[in-house]
Amino acid sequence: MSMRMKAYNEEGLTVVKALIKHPMERPSTNEEGKETPGHFIQEVIFEHGGQQVMSALLSGGVSKNPFLAFKFKGGADGDMVKLTWTDNQGGTGTKEVKIG
Amino acid sequence: MNLPRRTFLKGILATSGAVALGTLLAAVMADWPKTAFQSETVEGALNALFESPDSEETDKITIIAPDMAANGNSIPVEVKVDLPKVESITIIADKNPVPLVARFKFADNAEGYVKTRIRMAKTSNIVTVVKADGKLYTARRQVKVTVGGCGG
Repeated sequence: MSMRMKAYNEEGLTVVKALIKHPMERPSTNEEGKETPGHFIQEVIFEHGGQQVMSALLSGGVSKNPFLAFKFKGGADGDMVKLTWTDNQGGTGTKEVKIG
Repeated sequence: MNLPRRTFLKGILATSGAVALGTLLAAVMADWPKTAFQSETVEGALNALFESPDSEETDKITIIAPDMAANGNSIPVEVKVDLPKVESITIIADKNPVPLVARFKFADNAEGYVKTRIRMAKTSNIVTVVKADGKLYTARRQVKVTVGGCGG
């Protein structure tokens, strides 16, 4: 699944924004009590220089095509920021962008 | 679920194989707090996440969200924390069938800041619980929802 991601420096901080294409279906139970597990991203990990800077633990309560933004210190123009997501059905995706 | 029955059955067929995989995956993704994400109450979620869930109300947490949302499916939420050593930000929609929406964990060099979009079932509070320097802080903000985002 596709995603958009950017990272740039602003006021001494690196701003990271990501938009991941994903249905984010919530788990649900029907009238007969049958449960469906849904289909949603559970974890998104952001790394800079091989170190984890932020991890997002998500549920089906996050909107379809999840948007995430955060900020960190120590990122220089040209450094790479990497995103890896994993969903509850074993789906996974990764993207790496250059700061700047 | 307001899906037509046929679509719904197709969904079950498509996901039945994924249940077994999901169980396997759960062992790998030990970090994902399953009990908290299955709790139907705010208290249950907080008890599952924190050893001692008592938190102090603070104005050092700013929640930016619309006062009113026509559609509960995609409500932008921005959380800014003006406290040192923010370790995590937890976002809860207190009237959702499953209140815990997301939890964000930060390394030492990350800011106490996050922005995302969430679903809200009805008019209720966005509750944030922030762990900073080992202590829990909380703030809330009401969003009026005209059409809920958890109906189908």
